[in-house]
Amino acid sequence: MNRNPLTVSVNGAEHVLSVPGDRRLLDLLRDELGLMGVREGCGVGACGTCTVLLDGVPVNACLTLAVTTRGRSVTTIEGLARDGELHPVQQAFLEERGFQCGFCTPGMILTAVGLLRENPSPTVEEVTDYLGGNLCRCAGYPDMIRAVLRGAERCREAGGRPSATPEGPEAARLRAMGKGEEG
Amino acid sequence: MTRTGEGRDARAVGRSVPRVDGAEKVTGRAAYVTDCVVPGMLHAALLRSPLPHARIRRIDAGRAATHPGVSAVVTGADLVQMPGLDPYFGPAFQDQAILAIDKVRFVGDPVAAVAAATREAAREAAQLIEVEYEELSAVLDVQAALRAGAPLVHERLRPSQAFADLMGIEAERQTNVCYHFKLRRGDVERAFAEAAHVFEDTYTSPAAQHAPLEPHVTVAWVTEGGLLHVTSSTQSPSYVRLSLARIFGLPLSKVRVTVPYLGGGYGAKTYDKLEPVTALLALRTRRPVKLQLTREEEFVTIHKHAVTTRIRTGVAADGRLLAREVAVYWDSGAYADIAPRVVHKSGYTAAGPYAIPNVKIDSYCVYTNRPPAGAFRGFGVPQVVWAYESQTDAIATRLGLDPVAYRRAHLLREGDLFATGTPMRSLAVIECLDAVAREIEWGSGLAGSSPPAPEVREAGVPRRVLRGKGVAVGIKAALAPSISGATVMLNADGSASVLSSTVEMGQGSDTLLAQIVAEALGVRVPDVQVVHPDTAVTPYDTITAATRSTFHMGNAVLQAAARVREQLFAIASDRLEVDPDLLRARDGRVFVAEAEDRGLTIPEVFGAAFQAAGTTLVGEAVYQTSAIPTDHETGQSERVTVMWFVGASAAEVEVDLETGQVRVLRFATAADVGRPINPHHCRQQILGSAVTSIGQTLFECLHFEGGQLTNGSFLDYMIAGYRDVPPIITPIIVERAHPEGPYGAKGVGETGALSVAAAIGNAVHAALGVRLRDLPLTPERVLQAMREREPARAARRGQVERGPG
Repeated sequence: MNRNPLTVSVNGAEHVLSVPGDRRLLDLLRDELGLMGVREGCGVGACGTCTVLLDGVPVNACLTLAVTTRGRSVTTIEGLARDGELHPVQQAFLEERGFQCGFCTPGMILTAVGLLRENPSPTVEEVTDYLGGNLCRCAGYPDMIRAVLRGAERCREAGGRPSATPEGPEAARLRAMGKGEEG
Repeated sequence: MTRTGEGRDARAVGRSVPRVDGAEKVTGRAAYVTDCVVPGMLHAALLRSPLPHARIRRIDAGRAATHPGVSAVVTGADLVQMPGLDPYFGPAFQDQAILAIDKVRFVGDPVAAVAAATREAAREAAQLIEVEYEELSAVLDVQAALRAGAPLVHERLRPSQAFADLMGIEAERQTNVCYHFKLRRGDVERAFAEAAHVFEDTYTSPAAQHAPLEPHVTVAWVTEGGLLHVTSSTQSPSYVRLSLARIFGLPLSKVRVTVPYLGGGYGAKTYDKLEPVTALLALRTRRPVKLQLTREEEFVTIHKHAVTTRIRTGVAADGRLLAREVAVYWDSGAYADIAPRVVHKSGYTAAGPYAIPNVKIDSYCVYTNRPPAGAFRGFGVPQVVWAYESQTDAIATRLGLDPVAYRRAHLLREGDLFATGTPMRSLAVIECLDAVAREIEWGSGLAGSSPPAPEVREAGVPRRVLRGKGVAVGIKAALAPSISGATVMLNADGSASVLSSTVEMGQGSDTLLAQIVAEALGVRVPDVQVVHPDTAVTPYDTITAATRSTFHMGNAVLQAAARVREQLFAIASDRLEVDPDLLRARDGRVFVAEAEDRGLTIPEVFGAAFQAAGTTLVGEAVYQTSAIPTDHETGQSERVTVMWFVGASAAEVEVDLETGQVRVLRFATAADVGRPINPHHCRQQILGSAVTSIGQTLFECLHFEGGQLTNGSFLDYMIAGYRDVPPIITPIIVERAHPEGPYGAKGVGETGALSVAAAIGNAVHAALGVRLRDLPLTPERVLQAMREREPARAARRGQVERGPG
């Protein structure tokens, strides 16, 4: 298959790549960039396990073709913590133990970050709705709902600082030039 | 058992200390088998049978073998030609060939395997394999399988060596029943003759999926030294090592099984699944090989048994349970997997935790041409609880008795005999029942009914609903006999390592074992590293399943730590010139109990014994429980287990009279966990299994047509999501310390799953006055049941109107 040029910012670092047209974003992130926090649960967009942020919006990496991310910004779970400091939502999931086996956790956290970007003070109902596409078979939903609410609180306290990572390629490039980001 | 650090000294144990795996999991860095990449690794794909039952006439793999990127293609015909290879595996019966030999037995049965440079190449090549089948008549459900003269799924039974009572089964017999558990106690027929009321019902529970978010995945490679290394998503590394050694004729030392974090198991990952075929490809190609199932393949690999239970109970006029006769039919699919054990262990609990002098149980493990069924959280017990707790409720209701009070009056108490003749001990079932009943305000309303909710408005539209409350209890026995080995190493700096084959699959075992060691050695929980299963270094452990790890591995680790502590105290007692019995360990110090400032830090103790830095003290222990096998004819055993675990659930539901939809408004679930080592993690287990079970009660069901699974993907098969969590859901820990448990703990992995369906079914009955006997409780079924109720209700009304006076 023909390969297509692809320039994409992943966790703040710009990558210049060449990918086949049918390459899924999921496989690009895992197999080529080694971002193993993006994991496949179903491959059909029904479980939310492989969720990543595309320009700050949660998407299923299994349903996203890599070539469609050209010029855009992808954030995976590896890109949430900054300078060794957990993102407030990660911190909240840790404190509320919003995880058990941990397999769905990156997708849950990234979807929660997407929610808080749109809605900094969600109700339980809104959390339930927004995260409805993310499945957890350990069924730790009650802990995770508390984690998202606490994450919202922490983001508000932090003055909305990193609540979203709604960065465009420009911001990403600037950051990448700074400290050694992952990606 | 050596005990220290209890009572006022207890700090690491009995507290909800944070999970030791937290940071790795919220950052996505926790590694699972799917993340394992070995240089030079090939990817495997399987070709599966499109037919439920067929003879393989011919396989042509020529085109596949020459497909670009393909390294190897293997079929069943190749297996039989490999010298020294035993191609059959399975924990109860060695009935499953690594790849189908002669026959395929279900839609999805692996027929050929391909190893290639990429997943895509492997999958493409698999589709190029041509198979000619001769279709055979299939038995697509239990009824068909039991019919006289039915086609046989297996012409020959091959009991494994693992279970003594299965070895006596004759190999050649013309039936699809591969195992039959019998329990006989008292004189059932006479008791039925004397009974004032006899209740007879049939309850069904459907096939359902485990659905771990991480599908099964295995990576295998062979080192130059002839070591077969397998890293796999398994709950039973020690068993997998044994099985691979047997299949390939290798010494146990030459099979190394490692298990990183598991992305959920729930029983799906017990015993061997992908390991034999992946190892075979690795041996064939001399390259590392990875096999990862797609979600669709996961659906046909293993599932929760579909069960039909016929239950008949004789009751005295005063409500005493005189006799119970239960026949349980398990659709075990094409290969037995661990089904005979499910049939046995759930079978002997099928009359429930009640005082019943006369019991007869027959539990049948039936082969059919469906995908294999095996262990699912609860190991078959939730299916039989659904039957006996629905019927127990029906009995109470019919006799006009309060279902909670009725159960309380007839539940087994300490010292009473179970149906197996086993005296009960450490059994807080009544406390669990009382706790959940209290939580949902049982009694505010007649016989479990809530006050009627006349009208509920949703988005301005009035809905007609009825509400009801229901309860149920459940009991299960821990797996016994079983064995856990552990090694504890204390390092000179006061940190410690635990070598254990217990698999961390989300239940919090890493944290729990670290807590036990921290408690026993007086060190900090975060300084204890639990080494994940690696059969090259972690000792034998039966399995991470069956709610057994806290009890068994907890005890092994506690004893191993005690042996380290003995050495530590022996050294310190010389230096401090005090009897070791007077020493205690806490906060990284060893000190005299009555004079706490007289002591040494752990590094000082090491300094007194060793003239080198970074040394270790090592303790080892093997903890083994014993049990008496149930009698072949009567199912009796004075000690069928060392530990019972019991739980109860209570539900308040709302049924929409227009749509038939059942909503759980309030749910409480209690588990007797012994003494909790980590209360928060106990609650997580109770809640998690409750939420999963609510989904299974209300909508989960695998549908088959002509042996073909028709809803085997996450697009078609729903599992419980955020919206299915009841608005109020309360996990309750009931503490009845177990005399032999580590720090009094029992275990909690399955307790929360046992009684959920029956509690909800009983609540629906309270709401509608109709008893549903088939799970799941879908809107269609509820509406149909309501329609059937209408004539009965009209008749009842008529009676009242015509009544005397």
